[in-house]
Amino acid sequence: MDFDWQPVWLTLKLAGTTTVLLLIIGTPIAWWLARTHVWYKQALAAVVALPLVLPPTVLGFYLLIMLAPDGPVGQLTQAMGIGTLPFTFEGLVFASVLYSLPFAVQPLQNAFEALGPRPMEVASTLRASPWDRFLTVVIPLARPGFLTAAVLCFAHTIGEFGVVLMIGGNIPGETKVLSVAIYDHVESLEYGQAHLLAAGMLAFSFLVLMTLYLVNGRYTRSHRP
Amino acid sequence: MSEIEVQISNQLGDFDLDVAFSVPAVGVTALFGSSGSGKTSVLRTIAGLERPPQGLVRISEEVWQDHRRFLPPHRRALGYVFQEASLFPHLSVRRNLEYGMRRVAEKQRLIAFHDVVELLGIAGLLKRETHKLSGGERQRVAIARALLTSPKLLLMDEPLSALDHGAKQLILPYLESLHDEFGIPSIYVSHDPNEVARLADRMVLLDQGKVIASGDAANLLTRLDLPLSGYGDASAFLEGTVSSHDNSYHLTWISLQGNRVAVPREDLPVGRHARVQIQARDVSLAIRAHSDTSILNILPARVIDTHDINPTQMLVRLELEDGQTLLSRITRRSAMGMGIHEGMMLYAQVKSVALLA
Repeated sequence: MDFDWQPVWLTLKLAGTTTVLLLIIGTPIAWWLARTHVWYKQALAAVVALPLVLPPTVLGFYLLIMLAPDGPVGQLTQAMGIGTLPFTFEGLVFASVLYSLPFAVQPLQNAFEALGPRPMEVASTLRASPWDRFLTVVIPLARPGFLTAAVLCFAHTIGEFGVVLMIGGNIPGETKVLSVAIYDHVESLEYGQAHLLAAGMLAFSFLVLMTLYLVNGRYTRSHRP
Repeated sequence: MSEIEVQISNQLGDFDLDVAFSVPAVGVTALFGSSGSGKTSVLRTIAGLERPPQGLVRISEEVWQDHRRFLPPHRRALGYVFQEASLFPHLSVRRNLEYGMRRVAEKQRLIAFHDVVELLGIAGLLKRETHKLSGGERQRVAIARALLTSPKLLLMDEPLSALDHGAKQLILPYLESLHDEFGIPSIYVSHDPNEVARLADRMVLLDQGKVIASGDAANLLTRLDLPLSGYGDASAFLEGTVSSHDNSYHLTWISLQGNRVAVPREDLPVGRHARVQIQARDVSLAIRAHSDTSILNILPARVIDTHDINPTQMLVRLELEDGQTLLSRITRRSAMGMGIHEGMMLYAQVKSVALLA
């Protein structure tokens, strides 16, 4: 039996890219949600949380319309010379970032809220500028939140199926990720291949989560005030 | 002009903070008041942690806030000690101490790491994790961390309130030596008259967001028209110098310019400044100087005013020959019998004197 590694690498690449982008995008959103008291804060929090409750097909459907050549985002990407995103790896990344946004924002927001204003105030009286405070106090203290966010984003992207199918289709090497590959194998009654991929994913997911809990557990124990 | 000028007017819900005071930028100024008097808000405003719509904060010639400008806290040369120590849990004691120090330009570091660590007795803790420290140790590290930024003003928000009595007694001498060692002007928020008496030169008394009095600490603490003398047991605080030691009877004499009082023998150099506390209930009054009494400390004094504490007892405020104030708690009946009135000359018999520093 010839094992096809391509979907595995593609999935890891998608999940890694998505996670990095989500940490970069999610951190300011979470920080803002944790600090602000404006009236529309809850509305924004709800928008961020939408992918949690929406069926992936709904999200995928609207994304497809938006990203299509005559859609608003599609026209923009064409004007920028990127071309259109549906059925490309970049399109998958775009969709995954939106789809996993709450998995980055919520743990980070909780971590930032749990810090309270005091550590930042202390740092400010010790001459640290806002950026300096964020880098040297907030990030280290909110480390468990960052870890949780990273692992959840990574795992959630790996498990994505509906959105991928809608926006990415099934192009080997470009958009054919693990979950789609498994679906393919099952459709064509290749149970052996499906088993291999499915069991591999099961073991991988378990290992990742266990590592996260171990690391976070040790961190929390040693940093209890 | 070397002074600290503060003007704040701020509406916080139904609480009106309307405070203005100006104190010399030397020594320790206590911001004194009960909880809810607004003292912490005043301190936070001085630090720039709160930004009232109208405020003026000026430290000598440096304006930290006025109607045009607002300097953010990290640009103000201040040290702030919070009520709870607030050490960074992700850094060791040493890294906590260095956090502020590293952010100050090298030529502006006027206070040596070694000196601070030595003075606060934390040399043995440097390698430790902060969560392994006791409450008192944490607060000492926090004070050292603030000092290491070489601040022009040290702000302390009830730094002892989270500590138990024992830890408080251990840390007070460190606080007392701070001023002598580094000479950084400080503002010390407190609601404990004893702490103020031990540490402060001056005080600003706050009540419900207003300044009700300000001036010399020892003087204010004995003013009968202020709520201070009614706080539990009223006390007077006198300044003097160590004049001699009596080894045969194990006493130390403190001279109060002309008069002297005895305290249990303390190993202090002669000539050193000393602050003593005399509780009003330990002072009785006599019309003539008695020598047939067990009381050693008898001081001539003049009655300034009196104030009834309750239907039975009253406080008598006395002026000593050197101008310092003493309080005496006697029964109203005794006062009647002796015919106590303003300006009357008396002898204060002091049963017990406590040496503070």
